[in-house]
Amino acid sequence: MSDEIKRGLQSPLRRKLLMGAAALPAMALLPRLAFGAGPPTAAVNTTGLAVTDTEVTVGILHSATGTMAISETGSIQAEKLAIEQINAMGGVLGRKIKVIQEDGASDWPTFAEKAKKLLVNDKVASIMGCWTSASRKAVLPVMEQYNGMLYYPTFYEGLEQSKNVIYTGQEATQQILAGIDWITKEKNAKSFYFIGSDYIWPRTSNKIARKHIENFLKLKVVGEEYFPLGHTQFNSVINKLKLTKPDVIFTDVVGGSNVAFYKQLKAAGIDLAKQTLLTISVTEDEIDGIGGENIAGAYACMKYFQSLKNENNEKFVAAFKKMWGDKTVIGDVTQAAYLGPWLWKATVEKAGSFDVDKVAAASPGIEFKGAPEGYVRIHENHHLWSKTRVGKAKLDGQFDMVFETADLIQPDPFPKGYQ
Amino acid sequence: MIINSRFFNRSELIGFVALAALLFVILPLSLDVFRLNLVAKYLTYAFVGIGLVLCWGYGGILSLGQGVFFGLGGYCMAMFLKLEASSPENTKIQSTPGIPDFMDWNQITSLPLFWQPFHSLTLTILAIILVPGLFALIIGTAMFKRRVGGTYFAIITQAVAAILTILIVGQQGYTGGINGMTDLRTLKGWDIRPDHAKVMLYFFEVFLLFGCILLAQFIRLTKLGRILVAMREQEDRVRFSGYSVANFKIFAFCMAAIFAAIGGAMFALNVGFMSPSFVGIVPSIEMVIYTAVGGRMSIFGAVWGSLLVNFAKTGLSESFPQLWLFGLGGLFIAVVLAFPNGLSGIWADHVQPRIDRLMTWRKPKPAKAWTDSSVADGAPAE
Amino acid sequence: MFGDYSIGDLGSIFVMQGFAGLILFSVYVLMALGLAIIFGQMGVINMAHGEFMILGAYVTWLTSSAFQHYLPALFPGYFFLAMVLAFMASGALGMLVEWGLIRHLYKRPLDTLLATWGLSLILQQTYRSVFGAREVGVELPQWMLGSKQITDTIEVPINGIFVMCLTVLITIVVAYVMYKSRWGRQVRAVVQNRIMAGAVGINTEKVDRYTFGLGCGIAGVAGSAFTMIGSTGPTSGQLYIVDTFLVVVFGGAASLIGTIASAFSISQTQSTLEFFMSGSMAKVLTLLAIVGILMLRPQGLFALKVRK
Repeated sequence: MSDEIKRGLQSPLRRKLLMGAAALPAMALLPRLAFGAGPPTAAVNTTGLAVTDTEVTVGILHSATGTMAISETGSIQAEKLAIEQINAMGGVLGRKIKVIQEDGASDWPTFAEKAKKLLVNDKVASIMGCWTSASRKAVLPVMEQYNGMLYYPTFYEGLEQSKNVIYTGQEATQQILAGIDWITKEKNAKSFYFIGSDYIWPRTSNKIARKHIENFLKLKVVGEEYFPLGHTQFNSVINKLKLTKPDVIFTDVVGGSNVAFYKQLKAAGIDLAKQTLLTISVTEDEIDGIGGENIAGAYACMKYFQSLKNENNEKFVAAFKKMWGDKTVIGDVTQAAYLGPWLWKATVEKAGSFDVDKVAAASPGIEFKGAPEGYVRIHENHHLWSKTRVGKAKLDGQFDMVFETADLIQPDPFPKGYQ
Repeated sequence: MIINSRFFNRSELIGFVALAALLFVILPLSLDVFRLNLVAKYLTYAFVGIGLVLCWGYGGILSLGQGVFFGLGGYCMAMFLKLEASSPENTKIQSTPGIPDFMDWNQITSLPLFWQPFHSLTLTILAIILVPGLFALIIGTAMFKRRVGGTYFAIITQAVAAILTILIVGQQGYTGGINGMTDLRTLKGWDIRPDHAKVMLYFFEVFLLFGCILLAQFIRLTKLGRILVAMREQEDRVRFSGYSVANFKIFAFCMAAIFAAIGGAMFALNVGFMSPSFVGIVPSIEMVIYTAVGGRMSIFGAVWGSLLVNFAKTGLSESFPQLWLFGLGGLFIAVVLAFPNGLSGIWADHVQPRIDRLMTWRKPKPAKAWTDSSVADGAPAE
Repeated sequence: MFGDYSIGDLGSIFVMQGFAGLILFSVYVLMALGLAIIFGQMGVINMAHGEFMILGAYVTWLTSSAFQHYLPALFPGYFFLAMVLAFMASGALGMLVEWGLIRHLYKRPLDTLLATWGLSLILQQTYRSVFGAREVGVELPQWMLGSKQITDTIEVPINGIFVMCLTVLITIVVAYVMYKSRWGRQVRAVVQNRIMAGAVGINTEKVDRYTFGLGCGIAGVAGSAFTMIGSTGPTSGQLYIVDTFLVVVFGGAASLIGTIASAFSISQTQSTLEFFMSGSMAKVLTLLAIVGILMLRPQGLFALKVRK
């Protein structure tokens, strides 16, 4: 979810970052792997990237400070975990991954600046980073101009495709459509009410949802409301909900507004056990701030929940908690961020080269069987094939998965009929 | 109209030469293009700072909404660049080629009327000056004619900044919403992205900056500048002397708005990008702080303040992210409590006298504008 | 848009909508009272007002956690203690800030604005370092949750009623303190003529300190109450500050009645507009209306007539 003021994710960030920073070198030393056994550098690096016989440098570019730090911390943690695990397995093409971390400071020009620094000064082979759409939009021209490779983890509004970006999160149709189909059938819903924060991601997502509901399902959208980021008074819209009595409330409210919205909904006597609510903006991370008791019973449409039961995920959750502490929760985006380094490693090994052009060309068709969300594959359009899942929020802040699509859903960033 | 026989007195001349040497010679020679581009970004705030020196330092009108004008100027420039980047060839994958990409995403099928003038560079440059100027004129007339001033004015300008931000974010089909306008590429066919273009743009910006410095200095030295100071000291006496206080205030506010708008336009050119995060309350207050750190009474101080605070911000936030906010907050408080005239005040109070003593050919001179220690009450005598 | 609904339905909605407006009104009054005292009586612009509120919210959160751990039996009543603690914490911090910072700046009201903005940055970062950047969820006792069924179709949120009662109570206390007590007379005397007040033996420094502390303390109580309806995070306070200032300025500084009247008109406008249009546009229109009226009537709704 791309958003400026989306708070709700970070517990004592600094301490963990420090712990992580301290843990990394120690762990890297332990296995004493013989890096440097890979193919000669001249063969795998023809464009002057920071690759030596024993090391390859990649960048991590997220906000460690500012309003977005809350949200992006999970991504940083997941990327570091993945890189550490890859190094423990022998690295990429026999080379150990070295990380240069830059802080985007929740400020979009700073993101562009730091991306340029990573590409021009540090010559990194790839960048794991960005979170909000705004930061990605700022970084994209830089990636294209200096020919970099970005792995972008957040579910987002689509309408974008670039040779230089791999989108490891879902685009809007992948996230929403199957979920709406399911809830329509399950709850026999006839009418929907949209409530969102006022910026591009909710507006685009709601537009796609509305087209789907009106044109394909032939049902009604009885209201659509947007509130400024950070808005905290929802009593009027809650009255409108009481008046229109929609079968499904569909929300993409973000940040502090989220907390206020669910608290006031509960206080107004709208019981989520009886009133169906489908959200695409609340992950395990957000529930921490909202409070499980205020949102229990709501449905969320994601591709990953921490409670997923499969072998990959159990290992992933255990490793994540071991590295970053028992109290951390893992949301959809955090998992998508974890995929980035793994997909990059697989692509480089298939291409037999770190060159960005070769990596970009080799990306379509790359598979990752060890993904916590289950099998994923990169599509020709550089997005991932992935499943859509619906979870029901529980009191303890976790989700019970109640539905998943049988097959992987094809990513379609420029959906026909939804424009 | 010039009262002083000389345009600059000696220490101002030294300041001018030092700044020119730094910006034209030292920085371009010592920094790589990447860092130089950062300096160009910092200097865009110096334009705002110069305007604030005129309207806050001299006129006593504190505006906490300079981001509005910075944003208006920046958006005017960005609209021109975005139109040029959205030629039908570049945008042929869209359902309506030839309009900016964000319009296409929001089902707008033809270019809105208010975008049309931005096909022309001449009209764009006019708009950069006139739109913020007129806007400031309207606000200023409404407020100053009714003798709204001081804290009320500051709070109302904040509200204006809040309104404009919500509007820009909400009307994303016309403005690009929270993402802003990104991917600006060429100016009249000249690519603004490569390194050599960045260097050219830097020098162009520095030239403009010195133009603005000279203009501000000129205003300061004319009778107009004197009346501004008099007004800040004793508004009623100036009014009883027969001057229209409101008109002078409106003028100072409009000048500050235009300077800020030029800064915003240069920002869009140098950074290649404009977004509502430079319009709101927080950036507006930060711009005031740059000025306060440099010294609200000093035109050169505004430039130094913008440079130093931003360098510190980049440096500190790279190495000690969490210390940065403590540092910035502490800086505000320190400047307000201990150094109300900022760096230029420190310079004038502590450094300048020593230099003067070292110079044997020194002759006694009256105290300069910002050396007067009575300034502690924000009220120096010229 | 009302064609499809019965008269009864519409009636209930309008009643509930009226309540929604009243809740917003209470929220605005709570936010603005502290500020009105500080700005109106002392002329100090406290940009850190939001951070004082959030301090109250954090204190409430700490109290609720403590009760959950050590005194689960008394949990239903913790909120009252939390509000008292919030008042004391914010008030004490306010007096400290007055002593260390504000008292040096009484002659420069615009500079208090910058200094307190700096203070707000420091406080935000402190909260972030101490409590984490993540929002904390304050758990409420069971009796405060849910809504009260008044008729079949009308229900009103209990925490809304609670906030309203609290607002009325605090307003009465403040009005009593300011207009009936000896101390309130001293405060008003200092506002009207500081030098004369000092000459007749009022300790003006002490009056200033306690006035500032009182304003900040009320902010703390407001923050405590807001944990029921909003979010508690390091930067949550910033969201309120402009709205709050507008309420105070619109009402006319130095007038408690004005603050209340302005909170009432702003909240009713906003809540009614929100019912008929999207939240974003409602907000823009409300702000525009306020700025427009202020341009016509810069002294605010109720201006205190004093000779300058």
